[in-house]
Amino acid sequence: MTLPFYVSPEQLMQDKAEYAKKGIAKGRSIVAIEYRDGVLFVADNPSSSLFKISEIYDNIAFSGAGRYSEFESLRKAGIQHADLKGFMYSREDVTARSLANGYSQTLGTIFSQELKPFEVEILLAQIGEQPEQTELYRIAFDGTIIHEKEFVAIGGRADAVVSALRSLGSGDVLDLTTALTRCMNALETATGQNVSLQSLEVALLDRTRTGRKFRRVGAEEASSLLS
Amino acid sequence: MPVSQCSSFFDFIHQTRPELTPAARWGSEGHVSASVDEIQRHVLSQLAHGTTVLAVKYEKGVVIVGDRRAIEGYQVASRRMEKVFKTDSHSAIAIAGAAGPCMEMAKLFGIELEHYEKLDGVPLSCEGKANRLGQMVKANLPMVIQGLVVIPLFVGFDLKQREGRIFKYDVTGGKYEETEYHAVGSGGKDARVTIKERFRKNLSQPEAISLGLQAILSAAEEDLGTGGPDSFRGIYPTIKIVDAQGVRDVEESAVASQCDQLAQSRPGGES
Repeated sequence: MTLPFYVSPEQLMQDKAEYAKKGIAKGRSIVAIEYRDGVLFVADNPSSSLFKISEIYDNIAFSGAGRYSEFESLRKAGIQHADLKGFMYSREDVTARSLANGYSQTLGTIFSQELKPFEVEILLAQIGEQPEQTELYRIAFDGTIIHEKEFVAIGGRADAVVSALRSLGSGDVLDLTTALTRCMNALETATGQNVSLQSLEVALLDRTRTGRKFRRVGAEEASSLLS
Repeated sequence: MPVSQCSSFFDFIHQTRPELTPAARWGSEGHVSASVDEIQRHVLSQLAHGTTVLAVKYEKGVVIVGDRRAIEGYQVASRRMEKVFKTDSHSAIAIAGAAGPCMEMAKLFGIELEHYEKLDGVPLSCEGKANRLGQMVKANLPMVIQGLVVIPLFVGFDLKQREGRIFKYDVTGGKYEETEYHAVGSGGKDARVTIKERFRKNLSQPEAISLGLQAILSAAEEDLGTGGPDSFRGIYPTIKIVDAQGVRDVEESAVASQCDQLAQSRPGGES
């Protein structure tokens, strides 16, 4: 019998983290930003049918970057978790915090126990009746949760997008047009390329809506916002 | 976080949390030995559970109306029960039968449609929603044998065919499409007779609302289990309109004034 090679836990985790980061870095970026009536999501996504941003519950939206099959299964799990909770208790008892914890647990377990970690980053947003109640969470491939303020980005050039957004200003209440312009500018700065509305996926959590707050913004509506 | 690959919430709770499903809670054991006669008598006696809910087509969609009374035997259990529910942007459901399971089915069906829409990214077709409801009624069969009947009336606006549609169901989940109108519940027959006398194609929306209210009034006069308009307490039938724009409520004040007008112009009010 041959002994298996000894690999130190540090080395193992480092290798896994590197592998996951590499996978995520290949993907495009997604950004979420608070605006006057809620949260705006903008994703660099040329496909008009395979979405990266989606609705989880009345006032909660999800977005995933990285490997499609992996964040898609996490998205489904999130919807099932939320609908089950809302059915068992009440619609107001479904919170992004509990979902973010669930994702963190799942991703953390997969990262430490499976051979191949998930190559994904998750962005969760929840809006409340007041602007102060907005919550933004970023969940990394190893289950780390980061609670963000104002804006957050995930995916390939997330850091570059965030620093570009920061340079455009912070702390002020934005209207939808300004928020969208800033997101597009930040994506352009980060990628160094022109961004067209046709290759963007835009969605909103809009607190002025009744019932379900999530809504997609088509290319036509987005261009009329910008004009 | 459990992941299930199906797009159905109903199947999802069956797989992961069977104790939450309606049929599982009541089970089928205990009543298996009941004779067919006994079951039938039981079912029929329970079918008399009070309610009148109805749907009438008009030129641009469907009007769906429900009374507000719930009874327990000869007692009024509730005067303000809601029996008409919006289930998604373009569909609504009205339910007759045992109150608890009815409310549960309406809630579950609403979640079912939303769940599918979120997972698959597109809403179910009108036909798809109607079929799904049939399967849910069928899954309720063990409870029917115990006497807990749920009979829904489903109304949807078909965005492809550009028309309102009405579906009725039997206790086994059989789905039947109605082309003009339908009413179910203990006062259903009285309501149907009233509508039959005055129905014509391409009613306007106010005409359809008025016809629906007249049918509820007739049913309330003949049937103990159906509550008519109660101007003393300010309780009026619920009315929803389902058309291309979606589902919306008719304001209670509008229903109230309509009911008052109808009561005054009603023939044979004395008898």
